[in-house]
Parts: sequence; structure tokens; C-alpha cells
Amino acid sequence: MDKAQISDILKQLTSVDGLSGSEARVAELVRSLAGSTVTEFRTDALGNLIGLRRGAPEAGSESASGRIMLAAHMDEIGLAVTKIDRGFLHLAKVGGVDPRSVVGQEVTVYPSGPGSAAYPDGLPGYVGSRPPHLLSADERQKVVGLADLRVDLGLPPAFFENGLIRVGDRIALRGPVTELLGGRLASKALDNRVSVAVMIGALGYLDAMRHTWDVFAVATVQEEYGLRGAKAAAFGVAPDLGIALDVTFADTPGVSDNETFAMDKGPTIGLGPNLHPGVVRRLKAAAEALEIPYQIEPLPGNSGTDAWAIQVTQAGIPTGLISVPVRYMHSCVETVALADVDRAARLLAGFISRLDATSLADIATELP
Amino acid sequence: MEQLAKRLAEAFGVSGFEEEIRSVLLEEVKDLVDEVRVDSLGNLIAVRKGSGGGKRVMLAAHMDQIGLMVTYVDEKGFMRFANVGYIYALASWGGQVRFADGTLGTVGLDGRVKAGRTLPELRDYYIDTGATSKAEVTQKVGAVAAFWPGFASQGNTWFSPNLDDRAGCVVLVQLLRDLKDVKIDHDLYVVFTTQEEIGPRGAQTAGYAIEPDLAIAIDVTLTGDIPYASPAMEVGLGKGVAIKVQDSGMIGHAGLNAKLIGAAESAGIPYQLEVLQGGTTDAYAIQVTRAGVPATALSIPSRHVHTPSQIVDQRDVAATVRLLDVFLRGPIDL
Amino acid sequence: MTDLRDLLKRLSETFGPSGNEKAVRALIRAEIEGRVDRLEVDALGNLIAFKAGIGPEPRLKVLLAAHMDEVGFMITKINKDGTLAFSAPSVDARLLLAKRVRIGEPGVPGVICAPVPHLQKGDSAHRVLDADDLFIDIGAADEKFASAKVTLGDYATFATSFSVLSEDPAWPTVRGKAFDDRAGCAALVALLAGDEAYPVDLYAAFTVQEEVGLRGARVVAHRVAPDAAFALEGTICDDLPRPPDEDSTPVTRVGDGPAITLMDRSLVSHPGLLALLKETAEETGLAVQYKAPGLGGTDAGAMHLAREGVPAIAVATPCRYIHGPAAILNLNDLQTLVSLVDGALRRIGPANLSR
Repeated sequence: MDKAQISDILKQLTSVDGLSGSEARVAELVRSLAGSTVTEFRTDALGNLIGLRRGAPEAGSESASGRIMLAAHMDEIGLAVTKIDRGFLHLAKVGGVDPRSVVGQEVTVYPSGPGSAAYPDGLPGYVGSRPPHLLSADERQKVVGLADLRVDLGLPPAFFENGLIRVGDRIALRGPVTELLGGRLASKALDNRVSVAVMIGALGYLDAMRHTWDVFAVATVQEEYGLRGAKAAAFGVAPDLGIALDVTFADTPGVSDNETFAMDKGPTIGLGPNLHPGVVRRLKAAAEALEIPYQIEPLPGNSGTDAWAIQVTQAGIPTGLISVPVRYMHSCVETVALADVDRAARLLAGFISRLDATSLADIATELP
Repeated sequence: MEQLAKRLAEAFGVSGFEEEIRSVLLEEVKDLVDEVRVDSLGNLIAVRKGSGGGKRVMLAAHMDQIGLMVTYVDEKGFMRFANVGYIYALASWGGQVRFADGTLGTVGLDGRVKAGRTLPELRDYYIDTGATSKAEVTQKVGAVAAFWPGFASQGNTWFSPNLDDRAGCVVLVQLLRDLKDVKIDHDLYVVFTTQEEIGPRGAQTAGYAIEPDLAIAIDVTLTGDIPYASPAMEVGLGKGVAIKVQDSGMIGHAGLNAKLIGAAESAGIPYQLEVLQGGTTDAYAIQVTRAGVPATALSIPSRHVHTPSQIVDQRDVAATVRLLDVFLRGPIDL
Repeated sequence: MTDLRDLLKRLSETFGPSGNEKAVRALIRAEIEGRVDRLEVDALGNLIAFKAGIGPEPRLKVLLAAHMDEVGFMITKINKDGTLAFSAPSVDARLLLAKRVRIGEPGVPGVICAPVPHLQKGDSAHRVLDADDLFIDIGAADEKFASAKVTLGDYATFATSFSVLSEDPAWPTVRGKAFDDRAGCAALVALLAGDEAYPVDLYAAFTVQEEVGLRGARVVAHRVAPDAAFALEGTICDDLPRPPDEDSTPVTRVGDGPAITLMDRSLVSHPGLLALLKETAEETGLAVQYKAPGLGGTDAGAMHLAREGVPAIAVATPCRYIHGPAAILNLNDLQTLVSLVDGALRRIGPANLSR
């Protein structure tokens, strides 16, 4: 595994569509990208993809020294059809879409009605807006809300007569990979395919390292819909430790830098009530030992990630959070520094390989 | 079914205080199932054992409705209240309410809100039982009231303040009646849940206890067929049972939905697909219990939800019963 | 009573914002060690004490919870000029200006800045300033100096000292920070310290992170799986004088005894436990009040939804000005809370747990 491979994995992951609730294609791709680094995969009741990579037991022991669960959500935000009106589609959000960045966007509509088998890769559509020439100065200043937006497939009304497109059908935003200067990449769905790439990358690095803990690498579903998948996955796996992988806000002109992090300066390690101080300490130690730059991300409350769900599962799970800074989150032009993706993968692999039979007790010393 | 609806609609049952509706439902179902129990949240769980080889199916309809709880009784006997569940400030003025003991009142608006100048908030309202002093009022802090009157019908239309979700309760009782003496493979856990309107809460603990293989909530949904409907919604009154693709809390299990759609189509049951923006159901809670449960909801289209006079079309209620009936008679492979 | 007051003082002055309850845990552990059969700290930092009951088995398993955390701050950035940006999601923003804080366990002193009235322009004087508009000043000349004392992610609390306002036994009042919920912690410690064992198996949980979402109590209730749960709190009190015709409730009143929750935003109290507390109060001659419904939330909100559900209720000492730098409470209310719960633990039976 190396940085070039991880970048390639990321590009493949972002070119697949997988909205909350319809992650199957992403899951399929994750299985194939993880390849032999995972011993066995299973899919749970909600569609979480759970991959088990066994650790090598320590000398004198028959079983792994512990179980760690990694969570990287594989769903992305998008839109859904609420009504078909003479060929134009009314829209609802699937996750936190900002209507302002949807206007003028290309989309892919996935029909599910009769005849839809002919369109496995969906139909191209466009979110149009009324010509500015026809609007008053006032109207041009106003944000168009989602209720007033329509997807136009450019097809005649007769095309829809058999019910090809149905209420609830998924509409993915198009945001193809664009390589920018400085090792940066723009694409839709870097939230959270970056983390899925980090997870697969870490598994690849672990393949060449020794680790004594069993690793449950979970590509979770429906995070954008309320951390739904992670709740169920953490209950089912019942790990000793959990690490959530997500993206965070990168420095952006116009946004106060109290809440953002530098790009290309490494991943962030979350710090706050949601994260176990012992896990934080060990993440920092791994980063320092491996000379991986990192930033501390203060999170005074809800981290807004799968970590929030994992921590309070059953009798409680010590949890950590590694995030990669991304600009323009929840838009089709999310931007990341590829070096950060690799750094996060190496940090995660390094953290896991340093876990042994004494680690849980060590972590617990932070909460005497 | 109409008599059943009337009986259920007229039973008192605000979130957290469902004793009366629970005992009415207990009477309705006790001879139609093998076992009934009440858990610590007050859920009524009725178990109908299957003939074997089937799935463990949880069906949930909430027996609670929104209401008002007295927070303060002033010297003149006017009662300030807190909402129990989501109450529209806009839909409260002049609403008639009834307390558990039968006392009636009208929701009044105090003089601080100059009509037309600002929208009132719940704090601007009070309940007026017609008393002129505190001594005449029997209600104390903590007393609970719900919108009243209960049930009326007209043609295919049912009116009641609590069709959310007494209509769903009607479906489950009617289903059990229709299935009497019918052999089905599946074990049915028919749960009349509590505190959906303030949670969902009852569904969460019931889901944990039952550990179903799949779950279907029966609740109401909004319609997009009113003037200037916003946001747009295809669901309409009288067009059949709605199958939940998504609402603001959850996404219906795609595989389970596909099976329900298949059953509706093969039996010729009118159905519609639902995307609800603004609201969720018991399925939201059940779906993430333990290690996850394939879950969805069947919805009865309703207009004027959470106002003192909601509407459903009884043909949609009947379609919901039929769909469940057809679905449960066959094998369920997800 | 002075024991209770002294305990409350020590608890109040201890540093313990949500996510960093270590010092409070250490203090409580030292108080109760030797008085309980077992002590554990779980993965979130909850301190769970077990005290076996006496009498015939099977005994009921009762969980009492009081949260150790107080509302606090987190340092989110060290500015170039040495000032500190901070976040304080659970604190009423109107209370932030011009307050003294302590940062981190060493307790680095700082002040939250304040606008200078002479220099205010336009209508900015009329806008509520929140944490994003403010900063903490520790006296550092620049970023380098500040970083020597304070780290990104450090927690901070108000720097309030405990004081006795009145020693009149009919109206013994005190003032201090974090009465929500160090008052509950003090009550729970007092319940464990008694000499007469209970007829129930008691789990006393000093929970973490209540203020950021009832987090600690949720996992404790799952782990313990009790038959009944009680949250002991410090709660909202708005009994200030108001215009005679203002038509609203004080929620609770200082001096009227412990306030029993009927319904708040997180819980409808179990009717059996409500009856238990009412009967206990009547039989033991204790004055109690009922908190006005519909406000706030407590650990009981998390506990009652554990597993298959748990009968639960919350009961609290009224505290004026919670979630701010200093609250005021009446020690008689707190003592009565202890007596009420003690009495309830001696009376609780399966009949209180059914519907």
C-alpha cells in the first residue's frame, strides 16, 4: 500500500453513487478494493458492510488481544424525488444538502419503476433555474429553496407515462474527480469516501505489519441520516475500542479559523467528551512515533460523526476520531489534500499495530 | 370498522397517560391473540404465535396522541400548559379539550398577543373550563387534556383529533380480526406503543425486548393534495396505502418495501409511495434497536395532522389492512 | 447539616466540566470508599458504586444517578495576540460577559472579555454576544506565552468560590457554581454514608456528560439493568418576584422542599414511582413540591429507555440561576431530598413498578 494506491482507491470510490439508504454499489466496490486484506465480510440488517481482518495472537495466547471497530460511512448526501410533474422532478433532501449549491448542478437520477432495468447507471439530469433575464432584481437576490427547484431530464412527458421514475427515487449529485494543483483533489462525496479510502488504505498498510488485535472495518450506512448504521453496527460487533473516520472543515476564506483546520498539515485527532482521553493519547503517540503531522480538533459536544453513536453503545465503548480536513463540505466540489488521506491511513495503521493485551488497561488509566 | 374507530378515538390517551386507550385495546385484542403483556413503558404487546417456520414480525401503531399538560393554575382558574408532543400554536386557539376525567375546556388566547400583529406562541394560551376562580377548578398541575370532540364520519371520511395514530390502531385490531382462525407461519408481535409523539419512546424499548426479524409501523402521513401544498408530495387522500420510502428520520428498508410493493401489486391493492418531509414514526426507533432491524412504515394519508380535526379516508385504512393481510399470509424472504 | 454543606462546598469548588470529570470522581471516590461494596469506573468515566441490600432475596435493583459534570467551556484556538477563542454550548450566552474562569486542572486564571461601554457604537450594545464574539484573556502577551500555559482543547469552568449566604436554620442558603448537579452528588454521597442498610441492592452512579446529552447515564443503565432508576438533580427555579398579574409558574420554589418531576422534555415519570414518592413524603411528614412540567431533561430520560425499559423518575433541589456562574440553593431542600429518597428506598416494592 502507498500514497498513489490510496489516491487511486479514493478516485474509484468517489465515482460510484451511494446515497444514504442505497449504498450497495459502494459496498461492492469496498469489498473488491479491500481484496485479501480482509478475511471475511458480512452485511448486517441495515446494510453495514463489516469486514474482519484477524490479528495474529500474541505469543502464548490463542485469541486476539482485543477487538477494534473502525467506522467510515459510505453513504453520501443527495436528493430524492417527491413528485413527478409533467416530466420535471420535485426534490427532497437525503442528508444535509445546501439547496444553494445544487442549483445549476448535473445530477444522475436512478429510476426504479417499470423499465428501469434498462438504466442501471441512471439517467442524466440537470437542476435548472429560471433565466435571470426574466426575474426582477429582487428575485435574483433571493436564494431558491429546494421546494422551488426541479430536476430536468430533458425528456418528453410521454417518457414518464409508464411510471419509470417513482416517488422516492434517488438522485445523486455529479461531481467528477478534478485534480487541482498542489496534490489536491476536488470531487463530490469526499465526505466520506475519503475515510473509506483511509480505512482501506490502513488495512493495506496493516497487511505488511504485525498486529495482535482483530480489526472490524465497517463501512457504515446512513450516517448522513442520523448515524443510523453505526448504532446498529457497534451493537452487533461489540468492540473493545472504536475509531470513527470522517472529514472535518478545512481552512476556507471567509470562515472563522476557530472552527477550521489547515490542509496538507495532516489529519485531525478529535478531543472532547465524545472521545476517550486514553485513545486520544495513544493516537497522538502513534502520530509522533511515526512522524505524521496531525492537528488537535477540540469538540466540546456532539462530534457529528459515527463516534457519537459508537461511544454510547451498550455499556460504553472507548472511542476515538480521526478526520481529514476537506473544503466546501457537502458540495460537489469538496476538496482534499491527497497527502492527508495517506497520513490518516498510516496513522490509523500505526495506532492499531501498537495495540496489545495491555492497551485497554493503559487506556483506562486516563479515567481513574 | 367504523364503530371500532369511534370506540378507539373516544378513549383518552395522551403520551405518557395511555391507561384508558390501553384497556380498550386490551378488550379488543385479548381473544384474538395467544398472549398479552404490558411493559414498563406501558406498551401493550399482543403476541399471536405462527404455525412455525416463519419470521418474527413486529407491527407497531402508537396509541398515544398529542395533548396539553397543566403547568400552572392561576387565581381565576385559568390553566397554563406545556405541550405533550408537537402542538401547533396556530391550531390551538378555540380548540376544545377534554381532560382524562371528562372535564371540558376551551383553549383561550391571552391579551398580550394583539390579533394580527404577531403569531402567538403556546405560552400565550390557557385552558378555560368556564370557572371564575381557582377553587372551582378540579385540575391540578400535571393534569392532561387532549383535543375533543372525538370521532365523526361522513361518507368515506373519518374526522377525529387523534387519527394520528388511532387509525393505525384500527388497522392492527382489524388485521387481527381478519386473521382469526387463519394459519400463518409468522409470529406476530402486535404492539400498541406509548409515547411516540414525545420520542418515539415506547417503540424503542419494545423493539429491544422483542428482537424482531422485521418491523412495520402503521401511522399516518401527510398529503400533497391540499391547496398550495408545500413541500410537494404525491401522496393523496383516497389513493391507497402509502409505503414509506423515507421520512425526516429514517429511510425505509428497500428490500422490505419491494416486498410490500410486490404484494400490493399482485393483490391489486391501491398503494402509493411516500416521501415525508417533516415527521417520522415508531419505525425510526425500532430500526436501530440492538444490531439493527429491517423496518419500514405503512402510512394512512391524512390531512390536518396535529390539528383538532384530522381526516382520513377509510378506504385507505382498509387498503392498509388488506396489504398487511396479504403480505403476512406468504413467506417473507428479505 | 454542616457535613452536607461542607461536602457541597468541596464538590462545588472542584473542576469538572463535561468530558473532564476526573477531579470530581476522585473526590467522590475518597468520600464513599469503605462505605460501599464495590466501585467501578466504566469506559466513559462514570463512577458506579454498588451497595448490597439486606433482607430476603430476590431484592430489587435500584439505580440512583447524579451527574458529576458541570456546564463548561473548551478552548478552541490560541490567537496570535495571546487571547483564547472558546466554545460554551451549554452555557446561557447572556451570562458570559465579564466572568472569571479557570482553565484546565492547574486552574490557569482567566477573564472573559467585556465590551467597554464608553467605546460602544451604534446598536451593538443591544445584541447578545455569544462565545463566537468573545475571548478569554489570561494575560499572555502573545501566542507563544499563552501556549506555555494553555493547550488547544483544554476545558474551562467558571471560577466561583462557594459562600454561605445564611446560617438561619429555617432558611440556610448557600451560593456556588455547579450546584447542577453537585447538589445531587452530595445527596447521593449522603445516602451512601448512612449506617442503616437498605432492603434493596443499590447502584449509585456518579455519571458523566449529562450536560451534553445524558450520555453517561445511558450506558450505566444498560450495564446495570436496574428494576427502577432515580435521577437526583439540581433544577430550574424561577421564584423571583414578578408583577402581580404575571400569569406564569416559578417552576419550583426555594424552600418548598425537593421538586418531583411529573414530566420534562426527556421523561414522563413512572406513575408507580410518583406514587411512591408522594406516599413516602406523606408518611414521613416531608414537604415536597412538583416541578412545573415540560422543562429541561435529566439522566432519568436516558435511563428509562435502557434495554426493555426501566421505571424512572427525577427529583431535585431547586437552584436559582443554574447553568451560570453561581447558583443559590436552600440546604433544607437538599437535606429533605436525602430524607425523601432514603424513605423511598425503604418502601419501594414490585407494586411501584407496574402499570
